[in-house]
Amino acid sequence: MTALEQTRNELGEDATDDDVVAIPLRRPWRWISAALVLLLASAFLYSVLTNPNIDFAAIGEFLFDQRILEGVALTLLITLISMLVSTVLAIVIAAMRLSSNPVLSTVAWFYVWVFRGTPLLVQIVLWGYLGLLYEKLALGIPFTAVVFWQVDTNQLITAFVAGLLALTLNQAAYSSEIVRAGMLSVDEGQREAAYSLGMSPLYTFRRVLLPQAMRVIIPPMGNETISMLKNTSLLSVIAVLEIYTQATVISSQNLKQVELLIVASLWYLLMTSVLSIPQYYLERRYGRGTSRALPPTPLQRMRRAFANRRPGVAPAPETKAVSVI
Amino acid sequence: MSIILPVEHSTRTSPIPLVEIRRVRKSFGAHQVLRDVSLAVPAGTVTVLLGPSGSGKSTLLRCINHLETIDGGRIIVDGELIGYRQSGHNAHEMTPRQIARQRRGIGMVFQRFNLFPHMTALENIIEAPIGIAGRPRTQAKTRAKQLLDRVGLADFAAHYPAQLSGGQQQRVAIARALAMDPKLMLFDEPTSALDPELVGDVLDVMRELANDGMTMIVVTHEIGFARGVADQVVFMDGGVVVESGRPEDVLDGPQRQRTRNFLESVR
Ligand SMILES: Nc1ncnc2c1ncn2[C@@H]1O[C@H](COP(=O)(O)OP(=O)(O)O)[C@@H](O)[C@H]1O
Ligand SMILES: [Mg+2]
Repeated sequence: MTALEQTRNELGEDATDDDVVAIPLRRPWRWISAALVLLLASAFLYSVLTNPNIDFAAIGEFLFDQRILEGVALTLLITLISMLVSTVLAIVIAAMRLSSNPVLSTVAWFYVWVFRGTPLLVQIVLWGYLGLLYEKLALGIPFTAVVFWQVDTNQLITAFVAGLLALTLNQAAYSSEIVRAGMLSVDEGQREAAYSLGMSPLYTFRRVLLPQAMRVIIPPMGNETISMLKNTSLLSVIAVLEIYTQATVISSQNLKQVELLIVASLWYLLMTSVLSIPQYYLERRYGRGTSRALPPTPLQRMRRAFANRRPGVAPAPETKAVSVI
Repeated sequence: MSIILPVEHSTRTSPIPLVEIRRVRKSFGAHQVLRDVSLAVPAGTVTVLLGPSGSGKSTLLRCINHLETIDGGRIIVDGELIGYRQSGHNAHEMTPRQIARQRRGIGMVFQRFNLFPHMTALENIIEAPIGIAGRPRTQAKTRAKQLLDRVGLADFAAHYPAQLSGGQQQRVAIARALAMDPKLMLFDEPTSALDPELVGDVLDVMRELANDGMTMIVVTHEIGFARGVADQVVFMDGGVVVESGRPEDVLDGPQRQRTRNFLESVR
């Protein structure tokens, strides 16, 4: 008896020759590969956990060390400020790049060319050395002696400010290209409809084009935020006390380099995981109107799952085969 | 009124035109799309623009609300020169802000609806009245609901465009344009992108609008609509007005061979 005949019999007398019984494809490789991965993972975990060169007590001890926590806070602060300011800047640069004014679009193109074309690390160090380049920064009329306000460079541009500037200006170049792609994804008819209602170009950009571009912009911006969070570690070269710098400072004293790198990594992992939550909700918000029904939030999904498990509601009987109608 | 106006105006049967298009020229590169087009649309009347694809109908409509600039001639709506300010012999193009202001008085409905997909039907309608005309939110909402009711979509205020059929979307688009209280409505093939069974609802709304006295310029291939609703039918081909007049004259007894050929093809 073939499998097909067997299931047909189980469906009862109603199953005529016209009924087609669909049996899901069996996928033995899933099981085999899963077993292999499990084996390799546990071997690796075992080698780490039993490694006499790793001081697990130290990891536990420093995970919540005051300096590490301060480093975490600074890392988050720098990420937050850089992402916010660079996004605003990116929107301006993208709008300039797309504008019909050749001066604006060339300036925008040049900006992106410079900041995308040089390594971030070099930019960070350059901003850190700004005091060597210009002793004083002044606000006045160019090419005249008129000065309204001036300040010692090293006093204004501390390591923290230099780091913020470097990350923000670099990120703005990348983000502006993302924003530009988003803007180009919006149908030209949208602009015309907005104009025909009497909306100004700026109003149209803000209320009609940008919200639609957001749908395309947000997923890559989530990636950019995660990159930014990790790139803050580069600020260690100008001694900004974010988490990586704090970890190296501590390990230079107690020589537990690997342990402190693990501490820092655990924090980076936690922070990047938490960052994907706002991304999910932003995607939902700007996805409005694009699909016929919005996907449920995790909370709604959980409620639904529990609702299904409530006693009293009989679960659907298990079937071995599904008939295709 | 006849006391104030010069004699030649008062003796005419038709009132002063709301829209006056005089010798308008427009080229895209070397391709001249409008060649000295002239047209007058009296207030409260419906003008239907007919013509083969590529004859410049859409371009002419888009010039009327300055979505396209013109190379020569002039367009006057309600006594105002569109898109330019006359000073002596020159016409200076207006700033985007001034142009936006003029466009508020001219509604436009597009072939592909162009509703804002991230807003519900109601939000589509109230966006410009609140954000541009500065009307109070509650007042704008009340008016939007009246308009939705008028186009037969009272129950669809909270629907996003993706949740509406083509015909429903186009009726929301009409309501959206009407919410700015325009004195002129432009329709660019409003039913061409619709399934045949949805065309009727949109045409009904337009017919009602015409009955209420709205001044309308409509590009359409719906000859039945032109016959029943239009006060004036204009046939364009190759960027010129070939023939124009009352619908029964142009549609049933066209003088020009080109008009006859075209009418033959759409019948
Ligand atoms: N933005 C544009 N750039 C270049 N050519 C255009 C543009 N818009 C329209 N045209 C050309 O102008 C001619 C008239 O177009 P259109 O006014 O859309 O005609 P219709 O609406 O009567 O079909 C066509 O040949 C078209 O290719
Ligand atoms: Mg057209």
